[in-house]
Amino acid sequence: MRELYVWCAIATIVTASTTGDVLLSRAMKQVGDVGSLCRSTGAFTVIARVLRNPSFLIGLLAMTLAFYSLLFALSWGDVSLVAPASASLTFVANAVAAKIFLHERVDRRRWMAALCVAAGVLLLAA
Amino acid sequence: VTPRKYSVLAGITLFGAAGDSLLSYGMKLAGSISLRHLSSLVLVVLNPWIAVGILFLLGFFASYMVALSWADLTYVLPATSFGYVLLTLIAKFLLHEHVTWTRWLGILFISAGVGFVTHGPALTHNPPGEEPPLELSVEVAAPSEDAISSRAGR
Repeated sequence: MRELYVWCAIATIVTASTTGDVLLSRAMKQVGDVGSLCRSTGAFTVIARVLRNPSFLIGLLAMTLAFYSLLFALSWGDVSLVAPASASLTFVANAVAAKIFLHERVDRRRWMAALCVAAGVLLLAA
Repeated sequence: VTPRKYSVLAGITLFGAAGDSLLSYGMKLAGSISLRHLSSLVLVVLNPWIAVGILFLLGFFASYMVALSWADLTYVLPATSFGYVLLTLIAKFLLHEHVTWTRWLGILFISAGVGFVTHGPALTHNPPGEEPPLELSVEVAAPSEDAISSRAGR
């Protein structure tokens, strides 16, 4: 039963985290290279620009949900299972989501990486 | 990818692993949280280990945002997943958790996956209908460097 709770929490982390990652990535691409912008317009202007971005705010909400799910899961399971399992599954889900929603060129190299990580997750849970 | 950008990726790795470990230690001290007492989930952030863990995770988040501004999501995530190895070492030697050989093998597979992507380019796309971020940054960076040198000259 405890194991079921942990895996349910991991599923919630992955879904919320992937949504958050995609939205945050979209927001930061809209903002532009933070390092260069900080030098030209100043850090406060860049921070204000990031905080005003709707994708950033919704992404942040999704990441908050993922964070609290992680707190739940960490109180029930080992950190060496919960943290890598949720983060790795998020990576695989992100590869799919990034291709569909962010139009990233997920080539054979990146799919191979996704399969390796998925295999790694299966071994972590074994 | 410049050394400055590599240091941002290293920051994501270190802050993330340290933050997760501190949270794990704090949550073990706090004990299991029941779904019937959700308020304890809010109060748990007052635990010093969890508070410091959250600070580290804020550092992680800031570095993560900076990296996402100049690299693909599918580059940043795997490029920083050396944190899994750090996390396992921390779990084994500091938190004294039992790490089986299959989990070590899993970590190896994940690391192999990381190796595949880090050899590729950091940015492979341009968001539809927008200027390419890296070209934009070069255009913006040029006058700023002049401004900095003129300020230094004064």
